[in-house]
Amino acid sequence: MNRFPLWKYALIGFTLVAAFLYALPNFFGQTPAVQVSPVRTLEKADPTLLAKVESLLKASSVSYNGVELADNSIKARFASTDLQIKAKDVLESGLGERYTVALNLLPASPAWLSAISALPMNLGLDLRGGVHFLLEVDMKAALEKAAIRYQNEFRTELRSDKIRYGRISREGDAVTVHFATRDQRDAAINKLGTAFTDLAYTADDQAEAFTLTARLKPEAEKQIQEFALQQNITTLRNRVNELGVAEPVIQQQGANRVVVQLPGVQDTAKAKDILGRTATLEIRMVDEQADPQALEQGQAPFGTEIVPTREGSLIAVEKDVVLTGDSITNATPGFDNTSGQAAVHISLDGKGARIFKDVTRENVNKRMAILLIEKGRAEAITAPVIREEIGGGRVQVTGMESAQEASDVALLLRAGALAAPMQIIEERTVGPSMGAENIAKGFNANIWGFIAVVIFITFYYRVFGLFSSIALAINGFFLVALLSLLQATLTLPGMAAIALTLGMAIDANVLINERIREELRNGATPQAAISAGYERAWGTILDANITTLIAGFSLFWLGSGPVRGFAVVLCLGILTSMFSAVTVSRAMANLTYGRQARLAKLSI
Amino acid sequence: MIDFFPFKKTIPFMSWGKATTAISLLTFLFSVWALWDKGLNFGVDFTGGTVIEVSYDQPANLPAIRGALEKTGLPEVTVQSFGTSRDVLIRLPVRGDSDAAQTSNRVMAALTAADAGVELRRVDFVGPQVGKELYDSGALALLVVTFGIMAYLAIRFEWRFAVAGMLANLHDIVIILGVFAFFQWEFTLTVLAGVLAVLGYSVNESVVIFDRIRENIRKMRGAAIPHIIDDAITRTMSRTIITHGSTQIMVLSMLFFGGEALHNFALALTIGILFGIYSSTLVASPLLLMFGIKREHFIKPVEKKEEAVV
Repeated sequence: MNRFPLWKYALIGFTLVAAFLYALPNFFGQTPAVQVSPVRTLEKADPTLLAKVESLLKASSVSYNGVELADNSIKARFASTDLQIKAKDVLESGLGERYTVALNLLPASPAWLSAISALPMNLGLDLRGGVHFLLEVDMKAALEKAAIRYQNEFRTELRSDKIRYGRISREGDAVTVHFATRDQRDAAINKLGTAFTDLAYTADDQAEAFTLTARLKPEAEKQIQEFALQQNITTLRNRVNELGVAEPVIQQQGANRVVVQLPGVQDTAKAKDILGRTATLEIRMVDEQADPQALEQGQAPFGTEIVPTREGSLIAVEKDVVLTGDSITNATPGFDNTSGQAAVHISLDGKGARIFKDVTRENVNKRMAILLIEKGRAEAITAPVIREEIGGGRVQVTGMESAQEASDVALLLRAGALAAPMQIIEERTVGPSMGAENIAKGFNANIWGFIAVVIFITFYYRVFGLFSSIALAINGFFLVALLSLLQATLTLPGMAAIALTLGMAIDANVLINERIREELRNGATPQAAISAGYERAWGTILDANITTLIAGFSLFWLGSGPVRGFAVVLCLGILTSMFSAVTVSRAMANLTYGRQARLAKLSI
Repeated sequence: MIDFFPFKKTIPFMSWGKATTAISLLTFLFSVWALWDKGLNFGVDFTGGTVIEVSYDQPANLPAIRGALEKTGLPEVTVQSFGTSRDVLIRLPVRGDSDAAQTSNRVMAALTAADAGVELRRVDFVGPQVGKELYDSGALALLVVTFGIMAYLAIRFEWRFAVAGMLANLHDIVIILGVFAFFQWEFTLTVLAGVLAVLGYSVNESVVIFDRIRENIRKMRGAAIPHIIDDAITRTMSRTIITHGSTQIMVLSMLFFGGEALHNFALALTIGILFGIYSSTLVASPLLLMFGIKREHFIKPVEKKEEAVV
């Protein structure tokens, strides 16, 4: 009765081998590496860059243990941290500003393990050191910004239609226009209603005046907020790229929050500085008389300054600013209606549109440049030729080589600045030495606890205690393998949860062993006792684990950050323990005792 | 065979009902008093504010650190040593202004200026709104776990069992919180996670005993209810102690080797496990008697359940 069919042993054997293989990468540790990635999100790391990195390292005779191209970045491994830091300096000076060069740690597990996608668990910030920021976007400000824009556009629109109006006032995100007569007001509602469909208008007749109040429709409001959040995320991503962080995480959380995680960053003051920085956009006229050779030598004509373009050439732009980025309300990639060329469509607000109209009228066939200014350094994103006077605030910029470049430029125009102010509302910083210490502490807590439990259980239940202990160790492997397969992030509370589930998992074996003892006491034969012990314990084991699962699920649902990590490990640990404690330990009992027909005594 | 619990006779647990009720009532009232009078020492997770942990290469000079921080003009800074004499914990209350996130930068700048040998170990800055959210979701988690388990017990057994099991385990929670309040140990998010995990865990115990009580009611015809309960507790005693013992070994390992970060978590679990043993045997079962369980609640044709083990 205590024999498993062969397939069952095979299945258990297979799961054990798989668990061992997938848990294995976690025990190899990590090697120092340097990671090179393009600063611009849309540029790609390619084999040419790989070759360049290799030749740079060879040229300065920094020995490396392999270079690879993965996830849009080049990763080079080194034998020591000294070599790693040397390599970083070499690459930084050799590659220039278009690439970020960051220190990183890569799993040191052999390639054949990575080939079967057996990767180590991700370590949380509390274990590897780094910064976690939670930023909140000020949505009220985003809506007010939109209202200010409409305030200007109303003026332009009403003027162009010669509708007389009084005052245009704004309170929060509501814009109110005052009129002398009801007819003017109604004409205005008609006109504005067709021009701006995102707004809801309410008319109000007062003793002294007729007014209309415009408010964003709820769906437009939502759209503005989503847009603001997306733009802020894009901006943050660009900024983080400059920080040179190996594996940054930038994620939306809820409707108005962004999580930024920067593993391994030591200088949190600098990180906060860069995240909080405001980049600006400017539109200026290009001086086309400037001599390109003089520009190369740094000699700019009077009243202009030299600015590099994205292609790497230099142009002279006038110091007078035509428009700033505040006037740009949106930029989308698209195509020119007549020529079918790739283009970027830029929308300007009312004031910007007026200025733009005047400037373009006076400068037909000249070039204007759109500059991105960050940290006091300017770069020309694009410098198109003005073909005709442009009114109405809708600008189309052509001259891009491809649709890809058009979407790049549109992104830069949008992402150069934040759509709405952001504020850090939570920060968790863990120094690197503390991270390493936490790993050691979590590991020690697990290993000493495990050894103590094994001694206790083996002493108390003898051979069956040994089975239970082996099953417990296997449970540990299952749990680590599962977490690695899911690429879960391990935190210190997660390590505590591993210890706790190991302590709780033994419960199933205690239930089984106690039941076997009881069957023996009641006079059952050893074989019958084993069989009954395992079969009758299953229901209670299931029962006893459900309540802990309820707690685990609630914590996962309502918890945040590390508490979630704790909950995930707790739930998974309970699930793996049911398999290892019941099936795996039964297999051991069957293998040991199952074939002895005349078994007289059990060691329990 | 080693057996720590070779009881041949049934131990008359239920006849101790008066004593155990008195003990429970006293500890419970003590905890409520501690919570009322002192309140929980909530960590920065729940209150908002800034906590900075730094370490020096020599024993830290606390008055010098205080002096350096006073010059920054930041209000209500508390400085205390933490763990070893070289580690220092600096706390700042939550501030409403927008540059609160810069507080840690200012503190570190002042400390580095005073002594370059300072190393930043950890910063936790929690804005007031985040603190409030964590507090709310923590309280909600406690409610969800409580009612989730109660609903499960009610489906699995009967409402009397559900209420008795839950009261017993809530009594544990109040005692854990009471002890934390009395000693003013810091109550953090991790501690809360520990408390909820132990709530789920010690209800297991009640499940096993209740299972056995139900089985006994069907089997031991003619026996009085108190005797049936006594028998159930006696027969499950060994399992209870061995299981909780093993879990406690792991928790003690965390307490000794897990460092400051897991210290309070392990403390909460320790109290939870010890009181879990006590309450699921000596609180839940007398409550069952008090609610007046009768043979008739079980003898009517119930759906077939697996038998209790142990």
